[in-house]
Amino acid sequence: MKNEGKSAQRPDNTAFTQQRLPAWQPILSAGIVIPGFLIIGLAFIGIGIGLFLTSQTIQVQEMDYTGVEKDSPCFRCTIPSNLNCTCEVTFSLSTLFTGPVFFYYGLSNYYQNFRRYGVSKDYNQLTGDTRYFKSRSPEEDCSPYSYDSNNNPIVPCGAIANSIFNDTFELYQIINGTKKQVPLDGRGISWWTDYNIKYRNPSPVNGSLAKAFDGTVKPINWPRPAYELDLTDPNNNGFLNQDFLVWMRRAALPQFRKLYRRITDGDYAAGLPAGNYSLTVHYNYPVLSFDGRKKVVFSNVSWMGGKNNFLGLAYLVVGSLCVVMSVVMLVVYAKFKFSDDDDA
Amino acid sequence: MKLIGATAIEDKLQDGVAQTIEQLTKAEIKIWVLTGDKQETAENIGYSCNLLREEMNEVFFVAANSPEEVRQELRDARLKMLPDTEEDKFLIPETILGDTPKVVEDENVNGDYGLVINGHSLAFALESNMELEFLRTACMCRTVICCRVTPLQKAQVVELVKKYKKAVTLAIGDGANDVSMIKAAHIGVGISGQEGMQAVLSSDFSFAQFRFLQRLLLVHGRWSYLRMCKFLRYFFYKNFTFTFVHFWYAFFCGFSAQTVYDEGFITLYNLVYTALPVLGMSLFDQDVNAGWSLEYPQLYVPGQLSQYFSKRAFVMCALHSWYSSLVLFFVPYAATYDTARDDGKDGADYQSFALITQTCLTVTVCVQLGLDLSYWTVVNHLFVWGSLGMFFILTFTMYTDGLFQLRPSSFAFIGTARNCLNQPNVWLTVALTAILCVLPVAAYRFFYSQISPTINDKVQYRPAPRPRRTRLTRRSTRRSGYAFSHAHGYGDLVTSGRFLRRHAPARSMGLISTGRSPGFKPTGRSAGYSPVGREQNPKQKVEPTSLQMFRAVKDTSF
Repeated sequence: MKNEGKSAQRPDNTAFTQQRLPAWQPILSAGIVIPGFLIIGLAFIGIGIGLFLTSQTIQVQEMDYTGVEKDSPCFRCTIPSNLNCTCEVTFSLSTLFTGPVFFYYGLSNYYQNFRRYGVSKDYNQLTGDTRYFKSRSPEEDCSPYSYDSNNNPIVPCGAIANSIFNDTFELYQIINGTKKQVPLDGRGISWWTDYNIKYRNPSPVNGSLAKAFDGTVKPINWPRPAYELDLTDPNNNGFLNQDFLVWMRRAALPQFRKLYRRITDGDYAAGLPAGNYSLTVHYNYPVLSFDGRKKVVFSNVSWMGGKNNFLGLAYLVVGSLCVVMSVVMLVVYAKFKFSDDDDA
Repeated sequence: MKLIGATAIEDKLQDGVAQTIEQLTKAEIKIWVLTGDKQETAENIGYSCNLLREEMNEVFFVAANSPEEVRQELRDARLKMLPDTEEDKFLIPETILGDTPKVVEDENVNGDYGLVINGHSLAFALESNMELEFLRTACMCRTVICCRVTPLQKAQVVELVKKYKKAVTLAIGDGANDVSMIKAAHIGVGISGQEGMQAVLSSDFSFAQFRFLQRLLLVHGRWSYLRMCKFLRYFFYKNFTFTFVHFWYAFFCGFSAQTVYDEGFITLYNLVYTALPVLGMSLFDQDVNAGWSLEYPQLYVPGQLSQYFSKRAFVMCALHSWYSSLVLFFVPYAATYDTARDDGKDGADYQSFALITQTCLTVTVCVQLGLDLSYWTVVNHLFVWGSLGMFFILTFTMYTDGLFQLRPSSFAFIGTARNCLNQPNVWLTVALTAILCVLPVAAYRFFYSQISPTINDKVQYRPAPRPRRTRLTRRSTRRSGYAFSHAHGYGDLVTSGRFLRRHAPARSMGLISTGRSPGFKPTGRSAGYSPVGREQNPKQKVEPTSLQMFRAVKDTSF
């Protein structure tokens, strides 16, 4: 009886309960750390060189057209009373700008990442759910861009939609004094998932998209309602307008670029040849009130995206530091190891 | 009279008691004995388990009948140990601001001293006007044995030490008379056995043999402290890093309290992505295995000095987090500044940035945990890689079409994972941040272990020890483990140890042993005997290894 009682109270003698599980016990020994740092350093230097060289091959042409200085071409458009103003920015390319060339517009000092701005949209509306056109979903945060002054519901509601960028551009190449238009392609500039899943148009009523928006009004700052955003292409209207989708994907930082068009067709499929160019800007978007700046950017891309020297330089710096560190560690290890041996 | 016979009761010490006490003493643990036995029994027990030793400078006996005598005896003892101390000066801060308790600091004395005090004197010594005097004297001694104490006095002694010393107390006992002491101490240990289960029922830990205390403290106690400290430091690190990133982002989002991460990530970060790995670390981690922990009790000292988690350790952890958060924000910031995807479309939008930062953070804290873990069991592997895998699985799941169509406003990040994580420069950013956060820590630890290695570092390089039978190192052979309850007379003769010599050849002369101890004289103070003079037996010298002479202990972890 005593033996039974003793063995019943005895704790389990398994490897798990007695903390004897087999384990891998890595130690930060010199044999692992020093070669490890060296290998990582060399690998990073290699990657850094690759990134840096790639970034150097990317061509970028940036032009600020806000019109702050009096002698800039778009200065007269900054005067508020000048509506439907058009200005012209000229630039020249010294070498072939290899295609496909991407045409971005850039804004700075523009906080699309502001929290209150970022929540000001209605996801349910934008999936084409007409139940949310007139009545609001409980978590709707669109105010004060939710109803207009006559209490009509705004579709699409919210500050993000309302502040859509509405400057338009036309690009001409100047050949022998004549302007030749460069075709700009605006199809497929937004993410595939945005275009196909996240944003859906409401179902057309009697075959007409416009009728689906009955009883609602356009956002206050829009020139035309949503179903008329693109008069040239009937597929590019409603919530599926590519420029609208690009704008709704709000930026992370106060200085950002958004894709406007691509230059891939016709004579310019290989890129923009060297020469003089003229950019006609239909200046509608006011940014000077909050000290913002507007610019256009022409860029080509590579496997690592747009031009960004930081990643290449960072890899080079970290790689060199690792190599230096491994040498220092070797010295320290040798010094202290041999001094220990001398003592012992 | 005709001698018919003799009766005796043998109450032997358990196996391994002396060796346990020796190991615990090496671990800088002070051991006091509180027993209800008589003085000579307690003394004998003290000698037989190496608490009192022949080579001690002196053993003081306090057995007086009045408070003044007790005070005088305590003072005499103290002055003998530290001759130049002042009479009434106590090393306690006199002015008490607020509720900070008075603490009696340890004083260093030259030589080993022992103190034996009986219950009657203890009753006087524990009064409020003499308790500090008693504590001070007792703490100067290497060993304190209180004999003839009542259960209440046992608890009072423990509480005295708790109150006035910056120490953790552990009380171990096996009988019902030890219950009050067990309950009074910080940690109570009950030995289940012959005397019943009362001690066990009132204790925090219980086992069957005293020698298991060695394993409890030096192996499991030490591991527990290590695990707890590593857990705390890592937990603070991962949460501070997670939070400080928002601080940096505030400068770039107009101070609008915009979170850098997706809300789903914020919910799941502490719940799913980083909960299990740190739990695995705090359950299974071992820096030094059990064999070496028992072999080198000095490994126990960092826990006593609170070295692995102190104010300094916390500040270092906060600085590490601050640096990590700088890297974790500004590297993705610079990498996504004015960039695009490899097909020219937007890559610097808020949702991609959030996903990049999330991925960088999760991978970095995972790698940092991998650096902290020194004992990778199967469970740890499962937890760490499983959590990292869960991060990717859940991220992809939350950003799928199906969930978005179910509830658009909650799953607004749809498509982000697919569009962002197929970019090579995103993965290069993740790798860069992880390396930049973790390699400085690895380098720092390496330099520390090379320039000022702690005993942990040295022990880790050795293979696991072979379990060997430890021999009982008996220093003195004059003492026996037997006590005779006898008053004056030839009881002293019998107990002089003449008949007991372990290694000398037995010259059988009947009852008495060979050899005699010179310089023996009965003191007659309290029906016992006290060790006078030194019997210079060749004691077994334990040759110190290089590790045993190692004293300075430094912080082993970052």
